[in-house]
Amino acid sequence: MSLQTVKFYQTGTFTVGNRLLAEDERTIQATAARSNSLNCGHRACQGCGEALGARYAIDAAMAAANGQLIAANATGCLEVFSTPYPETSWQIPWIHSLFGNAPAVASGIAAAMRIKGRSDVRVVAQGGDGSTTDIGFGCLSGMFERNDDVLYICYDNEAYMNTGVQRSSATPPAVRTATTMPVGPEPGNVFGQGKYLPAIAMAHGIPYVATATVADLRDIEYKVRKAINIRGAKYLHIFVPCPLGWGSAAHDTINLAYLAKECGLFPVFEAEQGEVTGVSKIRRLIPVEEYMKPQRRYAHLFGKKPALETIAKIQARADHNIKKYGLLEQGAQR
Amino acid sequence: MSIVLDKPFAITLDVGSSLANKTGSWRTARPVYLDRLPPCNNQCPAGENIQSWLNLAEEKQYEAAWRKIMEENPFPAVMGRVCYHSCESACNRGTLDLPVGINSVERFLGDQALKHRWKVEPGKSTGKKVMVVGAGPSGLTAAYHLARLGHAVTVFEASAKPGGMMRYGIPKYRMPREKLGAEIARIREMGVDIRLDSKLDDVARTMNDGGFQACFLAVGLQRGRCVDIPGAGEGQEKIAVVDAISVLRAVELEEATALVGRVVVYGGGNTAIDVARSAIRLGAVSVTVVVLEPREHMPAHPAEVKEGIEEGLHLINLRQVRRIDGKVLTLEIMVAGDGREYLHTGQSETMEADVFVQALGQAGDFNALCNLPGIVIEDGAVEVNAELMTGSAGVFAGGDMIPAQRNVTAAIGLGKKAARNIDAFLRGEKPRLKPKADIADFSKLNTRYYSDAPRTIRPILDVVRRSSGFAEIVGNLDEESAVFEARRCMSCGNCFECDNCYGVCPDNSVIKLGPGNRFKFNYDYCKGCGICAAECPCGAIKMVPEEI
Ligand SMILES: Cc1cc2nc3c(=O)[nH]c(=O)nc-3n(C[C@H](O)[C@H](O)[C@H](O)COP(=O)(O)OP(=O)(O)OC[C@H]3O[C@@H](n4cnc5c(N)ncnc54)[C@H](O)[C@@H]3O)c2cc1C
Ligand SMILES: Cc1ncc(C[n+]2csc(CCOP(=O)(O)OP(=O)(O)O)c2C)c(N)n1
Ligand code: SF4
Ligand code: SF4
Ligand SMILES: [Mg+2]
Repeated sequence: MSLQTVKFYQTGTFTVGNRLLAEDERTIQATAARSNSLNCGHRACQGCGEALGARYAIDAAMAAANGQLIAANATGCLEVFSTPYPETSWQIPWIHSLFGNAPAVASGIAAAMRIKGRSDVRVVAQGGDGSTTDIGFGCLSGMFERNDDVLYICYDNEAYMNTGVQRSSATPPAVRTATTMPVGPEPGNVFGQGKYLPAIAMAHGIPYVATATVADLRDIEYKVRKAINIRGAKYLHIFVPCPLGWGSAAHDTINLAYLAKECGLFPVFEAEQGEVTGVSKIRRLIPVEEYMKPQRRYAHLFGKKPALETIAKIQARADHNIKKYGLLEQGAQR
Repeated sequence: MSIVLDKPFAITLDVGSSLANKTGSWRTARPVYLDRLPPCNNQCPAGENIQSWLNLAEEKQYEAAWRKIMEENPFPAVMGRVCYHSCESACNRGTLDLPVGINSVERFLGDQALKHRWKVEPGKSTGKKVMVVGAGPSGLTAAYHLARLGHAVTVFEASAKPGGMMRYGIPKYRMPREKLGAEIARIREMGVDIRLDSKLDDVARTMNDGGFQACFLAVGLQRGRCVDIPGAGEGQEKIAVVDAISVLRAVELEEATALVGRVVVYGGGNTAIDVARSAIRLGAVSVTVVVLEPREHMPAHPAEVKEGIEEGLHLINLRQVRRIDGKVLTLEIMVAGDGREYLHTGQSETMEADVFVQALGQAGDFNALCNLPGIVIEDGAVEVNAELMTGSAGVFAGGDMIPAQRNVTAAIGLGKKAARNIDAFLRGEKPRLKPKADIADFSKLNTRYYSDAPRTIRPILDVVRRSSGFAEIVGNLDEESAVFEARRCMSCGNCFECDNCYGVCPDNSVIKLGPGNRFKFNYDYCKGCGICAAECPCGAIKMVPEEI
């Protein structure tokens, strides 16, 4: 009789840590020595996905850069909740200038480091989806086009949260915000508008583009380390649920990020020189409703008369992603 | 505060840390760590702390894991063979894929202990003397725990060898005697005095003469129960009619048994199947088991029935034996009525047999107890109170002889409980009861964090080899598979230091205390979002409303 001979570690690599793994196989977040780049006392809402995603990513960047890191930050929640002058939660060299210019500031820092011969110092720029896809897009595209040695991280919570949940070009269709149709036959954000920045970044042919969610720490740490070790322009797009703007429970932040990936609405992949090189497969495929229902921004679709057509259109978007990025394992059941 | 002019351009205040901002004041609910009771532990009749020894086995700390079992149960190698492992039916992993093979891992640990001769030390002597009647699982377990508590224990046993039904009932092919013997020897090495061939006929007198301050009765049910069947024993050419308990005892003693020719066993329990499978091994021409219940309602463990059928036993369900005429049995055909009722049809069929074994349950022989004042025997069992004390002060009872679940594991659990209560009695105290924690049912878990992993199966000796001898039929898991199996455990309700809470807190409000010491919350900054509780895989964090 043949017996199983695989290595198996109870939770494998799904949990943050795992006492059964060798030290060097553990995550940075699992160590007591992590840099806690974004320290406590910050004023983000309870259960803020952006605060969590930022600590995950910047701690990983700090580890990859041996502590030699400078970050430029766009205006938005991440900046406002972390740094109400003169207090700050950042435990790294960090600079805030404007809503729309973080990529340009970072490009400048990278140039300065080059002139000073400090190739050991790595540069990160970060901002919300509004600053990235809308107002800062010109600076970002320029940074890509020049292949400046910067890792740009977008924390995508799918709207302008800091100023009260206004629509951005990353807001998905049908989602209700403060600036979309409140009533009428089809309330919420329109279909057929908006932009998908990871694909636009890839079109620049930069060395590295990746997406990730706060539900998969190991994936974030892997992608940040990889990006920090590449010279040139890198783009990382992290999906970060926002309890306030989405009308979701504070404790549901990681779960929603997980469901967004599992239903196919948020594809998780990496691309080099404009070509997709790796995808995170769906573990257990779910219908989009399972992801949407716990969020009040979709509540109008699930009233007495569910908006079946709208839901079907959203499902079609997920199905499209699944096909386009090959999100299902070979032979997996639909 | 320093003067504005000392500052760089456009700076008027010193840079401060956000640590000044105690966000803990926002909280309306606070996370707290707790240990919930895993369903397996809750189910185990011997009260084993399964989750906790699996946790040690996962780390390959086999001796520590074994010692954890030994805190409750001195028979891991026996358990890994004869326990009906109801823990596995309760295991939460069964809802996800398949239950953890708890029993296989226990057997692996039990065998490791025998291989490495791990021992348990007795407790510091209290100078108190306790007697135990019966060296079955219940009596031996009580003796073991009493010895750990420092009492001097004497066990009186009627038979020539200790073990009770573990030896004289359960056949060798399921319970190899060298393993049983070794686990009992380990108890003897703790100073427990087991007096064999010492059948007591007056417990009250022995207690008095020996100066014992307390007594534990665990005499089991030693007689096979029989029904009178019209025609049995009449005529010239007759069927030999015997009872299962005597037959199995004879098999163990290697005496000539009646199990020759065409054997019919009457009864649907484990004992019936054990007799039938023994008969096959002893070379009976044919072995038929006649059962009142339909197969799905037979009291015997389904796996035993299945293995017996593989070995060649013939099963006839829904029949009642009506008459015996010479070598012919008349069976009435029954039909299932509502629930567990079986209705007569008046129709019958016949079959020939040389031996008819009645396996219809057991009865006790409590003559030795009659001089104990206040003892009450009802419905063939001895009455006890919640502390397992009989009506006679200082005399406790457990195992098969009291109205309870009747299996080895339950007998062990009752032996342990009795030992703890006897200890309290000897110290003139009330037994301490720990309040039961909340059960960590499936809904408390976040199972997406567990790896997908199918269960490993213990190898089984192939059919031809097992039907022709008394070799042990269920093999061991090798070390790698045992560890794999242990690691399938989800640690329901008990922190296993996966670092999830430490990682997922958006406010860095979980403090890691280092290996083995778990975590604590920093309530100065915890905002009470509840992510840690939601993302704890095993349900070891609870949100408690703040008093506002
Ligand atoms: C054939 C068979 C198969 C079984 N298979 C299983 C199984 O696979 N798994 C399982 O969990 N359970 C099984 N059981 C049930 C299990 O064996 C019993 O529930 C268990 O052994 C009861 O333990 P006990 O200590 O109460 O009594 P026993 O095991 O019956 O031990 C009582 C002891 O007391 C001694 N004794 C009795 N009277 C006196 C006296 N007057 N003086 C001195 N000594 C005395 C007896 O000799 C005996 O050694 C089986 C039972 C049978 C009969
Ligand atoms: C030029 C300019 N326009 C408008 C604003 C106001 N403003 C501050 S933050 C913000 C929205 C930020 O949204 P996003 O980038 O998505 O970040 P989030 O707060 O959602 O994390 C706006 C509109 C500003 N600071 N500067
Ligand atoms: S509004 Fe959203 S993004 Fe901003 S702090 Fe609150 S949860 Fe975080
Ligand atoms: S998974 Fe482990 S702790 Fe949970 S019920 Fe099963 S064996 Fe017990
Ligand atoms: Mg935003």
